[in-house]
Amino acid sequence: MIVVWIEDQGGKVTDAVWEALTMGRRLAQQMDQPLAALLAGAPEASGLTDQLKEYGVSRVWLTGDERLARWAPQAQARVLARLIEQERPQVVLAAATDRGNELLAYLAARLQLGLATNCTEVHPGDDFTVTRLRWGGSLLEEARLLSEPKLLTVALHVNAPEPQPAESFQIEQFVAQLEERDFIIQMSKMEESAHEGVSLAEAKVVVGGGRGVGNAEGFKSLEELAQLLGGAVGGSRVATNNGWRPHADQIGQTGAQIAPELYIACGISGAIQHVVGCKGAKNILVINKDPEAPFFARADYGVVGDLREVIPALVEAIRRERGD
Amino acid sequence: MQVLVCIKRVPDTGARLELTADGQELDTRNLEFTVSPHEECAVEEAIRLVEAQGGSATVLSLGPEAAGEQIREALAKGIERGILLETDGGEWDPAATATAIVSAIEDEAFDLVLFGNESADAGNYQVGVRVAQALGWPCVTSVKQLELESAERALAKREVPGGWELYPLTLPAVVTVKEGINSPRHPSLRGIMTAKKKEIVRLKPEKSAAQLVKLGLKKPPEGRGQIQMLGEGTAAVPQIVAALKELGVL
Ligand SMILES: Cc1cc2nc3c(=O)[nH]c(=O)nc-3n(C[C@H](O)[C@H](O)[C@H](O)COP(=O)(O)OP(=O)(O)OC[C@H]3O[C@@H](n4cnc5c(N)ncnc54)[C@H](O)[C@@H]3O)c2cc1C
Repeated sequence: MIVVWIEDQGGKVTDAVWEALTMGRRLAQQMDQPLAALLAGAPEASGLTDQLKEYGVSRVWLTGDERLARWAPQAQARVLARLIEQERPQVVLAAATDRGNELLAYLAARLQLGLATNCTEVHPGDDFTVTRLRWGGSLLEEARLLSEPKLLTVALHVNAPEPQPAESFQIEQFVAQLEERDFIIQMSKMEESAHEGVSLAEAKVVVGGGRGVGNAEGFKSLEELAQLLGGAVGGSRVATNNGWRPHADQIGQTGAQIAPELYIACGISGAIQHVVGCKGAKNILVINKDPEAPFFARADYGVVGDLREVIPALVEAIRRERGD
Repeated sequence: MQVLVCIKRVPDTGARLELTADGQELDTRNLEFTVSPHEECAVEEAIRLVEAQGGSATVLSLGPEAAGEQIREALAKGIERGILLETDGGEWDPAATATAIVSAIEDEAFDLVLFGNESADAGNYQVGVRVAQALGWPCVTSVKQLELESAERALAKREVPGGWELYPLTLPAVVTVKEGINSPRHPSLRGIMTAKKKEIVRLKPEKSAAQLVKLGLKKPPEGRGQIQMLGEGTAAVPQIVAALKELGVL
């Protein structure tokens, strides 16, 4: 059996879950095993079950434990550990989100097993090997995972989701028998932050600025451009470290990973740690005054020029185009 | 308050990565070394906590002898004492790393152990959690704000789309932090001088059997085709507008 842990937030899931399920389903077919899913979250998460069937899941467990509505990684790991004991799956996997990586780390630590995070490929067999991301995705590692069951997390934005309905389908309750001490770490509450406009993660267009922008003031024209295109503004580590942008706007290995239709990178050289954050972009337009900037080698469109001239002129042209 | 912060020496890669001929390692002949931004922030957090609460901070690294440089850098910023778990430089999987750290600190009395959320090179996301589990301590990962409420209570916050998640925790505890939690300081000249006199304890840890074994590295395929140059300076604007239209974003 292959078990996929489903991360849901009040019954909603992200693409990462479908990507992980797609990897799980392929693995299940290769290993000739059934595909199962554990929905350990809020009871309302049960609304997801129909979609799970579309992705090839033939067995779903619901815990229905109200206490799991607020994130508690050790409690979730306890549920998975119990499920492993009861069902003896060959593989347990989750999407490589913050929570997915965290949960499987707890599970691996608790059961003293190996864990391969951020896998892009899995090669089952006597010699169970994986391909996984290193350096935030700028290198790939081939690794052998020795312990059983195999624990892995599935890299985001690598394998596109591909539904393939299951032939049979059943839903079961899984009684987790959680204790007080499993909730020693639990989210107490969520503080909403006032956010205007589109978020980096969801934006169709992202306008990014780096050292070349020069100062916080310089980001004004990038913001205008982003607004005209219905997009969001991001930056390189130089922009966030200098306080020109908040850290939440940083794109790259130690910042956000974005996947817009178009990323417009202005005054950013194209360091590997930045580029891995925008690999998921469908198209990249680089504007840089140095024709030798490494980013040009990783872009689809390029403009050699001073962003302080090009961006305002572009904003102007778009306004004219729109007739205002 | 006694704080430990754990860091890892990694090459500071530029715009290109080159592998050694056997595909086992990065070719680091022309590279400098550093620690991940997450860990720079963990070091800074340790120094600030001790500045505010009193006590002392220790830095630990598992790595080759040369990792002494990264320890020295942390000492120059204000950490009191270093521990180097010296290896022959080969790969240590997360379980082996955590086991070595736990046995090195068993006899110490730390209130808080800080890690970076994930290392820059291996990105395994689990050494901190494994150490916490072995010590039987609570752990919060991905932390971008940490407030100490008393000698025993802290509040850790994680940034998620749309806001912040709050996690109360009781010390002693493990916290893994992300870049953005603070702005790390640079070492002062005086700091660099005094760091030379600070103590670095050197231990040779035993390497437990790996469960995740690296077989080799490779470069991912370059996803993008030929770049289309749209022109130079403001003269390129009409072509940019045309491209935006073609992509359907205008
Ligand atoms: C482990 C690790 C993790 C990291 N994580 C991240 C991360 O998450 N995100 C990140 O961004 N970086 C990260 N970095 C840092 C990264 O290596 C680079 O230092 C950083 O991305 C460089 O930012 P930059 O391109 O803005 O600056 P620079 O490299 O200095 O480039 C500035 C560019 O702007 C151009 N320019 C200057 N003026 C103008 C102008 N007027 N018009 C047009 N172009 C102009 C220049 O030609 C140059 O190409 C990380 C580093 C390490 C070691």
